[in-house]
Amino acid sequence: MNKKLSIRRKDVIAALHTSAPIMVTFVVLGIGYGILMQKHGYGPIWSLLAGVIIFSGTVQFVSVSMLSAGSPVMAAITALMVAARHIFFSISMIGRYKDEGRRKWYLYYALCDETYAMLSKDDGPDGVNTSAYRLLVTLLDQLSWVLGSFLGGWIGTLLTFDSTGIDFAMTALFTTVFIQQWIDSKCHIPAVLGLTATLACRLLFGRDLFLIPAMVIIIIVLTVMRGKIEATGGEAHG
Amino acid sequence: MDNHAAIVILIMGLFTLATRLLPVLIFGRGEKVPEYILYLGKVVPFTALGLLIVYCLKDVSVTESPHGLPELIALAVVSGSYLWKRNTILSVVIGTVVYMILVQMVF
Repeated sequence: MNKKLSIRRKDVIAALHTSAPIMVTFVVLGIGYGILMQKHGYGPIWSLLAGVIIFSGTVQFVSVSMLSAGSPVMAAITALMVAARHIFFSISMIGRYKDEGRRKWYLYYALCDETYAMLSKDDGPDGVNTSAYRLLVTLLDQLSWVLGSFLGGWIGTLLTFDSTGIDFAMTALFTTVFIQQWIDSKCHIPAVLGLTATLACRLLFGRDLFLIPAMVIIIIVLTVMRGKIEATGGEAHG
Repeated sequence: MDNHAAIVILIMGLFTLATRLLPVLIFGRGEKVPEYILYLGKVVPFTALGLLIVYCLKDVSVTESPHGLPELIALAVVSGSYLWKRNTILSVVIGTVVYMILVQMVF
């Protein structure tokens, strides 16, 4: 199971070829995250550590506003909610990764959306060592993100412009993902539910307490409406 | 050192890791995955983005000036440019710059 992995030149080239567009995106978004962290008072080392410890862009972006004031319970539930999709990713990779030995723990830990999209349907080009290819694609993606966020933290110390409003980058990022998900999915109930339930709770419970009731309502409604959502094709991702 | 921030990062890291590893630890030996868990893993992410967008805008007041106008305009720019070019980075950069100009110079 744990045979030694030999990585050849062609494995590296194949992985670079697959990962290149992701790496560019990750470096750029990572820089944005690093700058945001810096503007909240957390330098490049913080961004780097968060990239290693959390390694989820969405979770990391939300975490920024929780670093100074968020309650630990809120942080835990938010991470769980936002990262819930990984449950599905990991489960669907069990078959593919079953012979990866101890390497599989790294592969699962660093299985982000983009890496999943690349590796869940494809084992790399012909003649490539699949294990090496998987490891390299996963690693290159994570390194780009961590490197980008470190760079951003560093750039953030050099930029002395008025950064008021830079937090909007996070809202903008989530909005583009929301639109893309909307386009990709046949059933819009979950998307509408997320928006309306949260908005209603924000109005009812005020700005500090609304997140947890919103999450509870979302899970209840998803459970009650499961038949209807599955019938209209709730899935689309991946 | 900022202990609170470190704790928040560790907790969020732990729970993110749990979503990635627990399913494998529990179901990795070929046990059947409950349909309900699979279902939640599939649909919750589609609700999470709406939740996050509202969370990001939680401090906007519609009743007080500028009545959420900068947010509304910048969101329109993000959505419009994304529907047109389908380029995440482009939309994020343009939307953020527009928003920063609006809150710093216009409103």
